Amino acid sequence: MLDLPDPAVLLKQQAADWRAAVLLAGAALEASGAVTAEYGPRMVAMVEEFGAYIVIAPGLALAHARPGDDVLRAGMAVVTLDEPVVFGHPYNDPVSVVLGLAVLTADEHVTGIAELANVFNETAAIARLAAATSADEVRAVFGLSAQA
Amino acid sequence: MKIVAICGAGVGTSAILKVNAERALARLDIDADVTAADLASVQVVAADAQVILTSPEFVEAIGRTNADVIVVQNYFDVDELQQKLGAALG
Repeated sequence: MLDLPDPAVLLKQQAADWRAAVLLAGAALEASGAVTAEYGPRMVAMVEEFGAYIVIAPGLALAHARPGDDVLRAGMAVVTLDEPVVFGHPYNDPVSVVLGLAVLTADEHVTGIAELANVFNETAAIARLAAATSADEVRAVFGLSAQA
Repeated sequence: MKIVAICGAGVGTSAILKVNAERALARLDIDADVTAADLASVQVVAADAQVILTSPEFVEAIGRTNADVIVVQNYFDVDELQQKLGAALG
C-alpha cells in the first residue's frame, strides 16, 4: 500500500467543480512530494480527453495521469469535499471523495492497486472516507497506521 | 480465454478492473487471462479477446470488435462483475 502522509490528505474541501476537485488532489500529491505542479493539470486533461470514466464507483473519483517527468515518486492523496461535485458520469455522480494517484511506471504499482481494491471492496469505505475528520481516520480506512 | 480491461491511460482504473475481474472469475471458477490496457491499444490487445471490460465512456471509442463488450458501473463491486461475466461467459 502507498503511504498517506498528512500533506496528502485534504478533508472537507470546497471545490467549485470537478476540475477544482482534481486540482486539489494534484496539490495534495505535490505537497506530499510525489509530483510537481504540472501533474494536477495533466490529471484534468485525462478527464477532458476521455470523459468522467475516473469516477469508478458511486461517489469516488480515481484521479490519475500517465507516468511522466512530473512524477517524482509513486504517491497517493485523498481529498474529501464538503459539497459533492458532478463529473458527468452516467451512474456514479456526484463525487465526494477524490483519490489522487501518481505512478512512475505502468507496472510498478500492481501490488498497491490490488491492495486499494481490497480497501474499496468493503462497501462502506467511501462513506467512511467522506465522513473522516482527521488524516488518521483516513489512514485507518486504508489499513495504514496513525502517524505521531 | 482472454479478457481485456480498458481505460484511458492503462495505469489506474483498468488495473483495478483487472484485479476485481480476476476475483469475480475465481468465484465463477472460470480460468481466464485478464490484461489491463489503454484505449489506444485496444484494437491490438483485444484482437483475440472474448470479453472487453470497460466504463460507459469508452464503448463508442472501442468501436467494432468481435469481443463481448461489458460495461462496468462500479469497479469495486465484485458481485456486479461476477453477474456480468457469468452472463457473458456462461
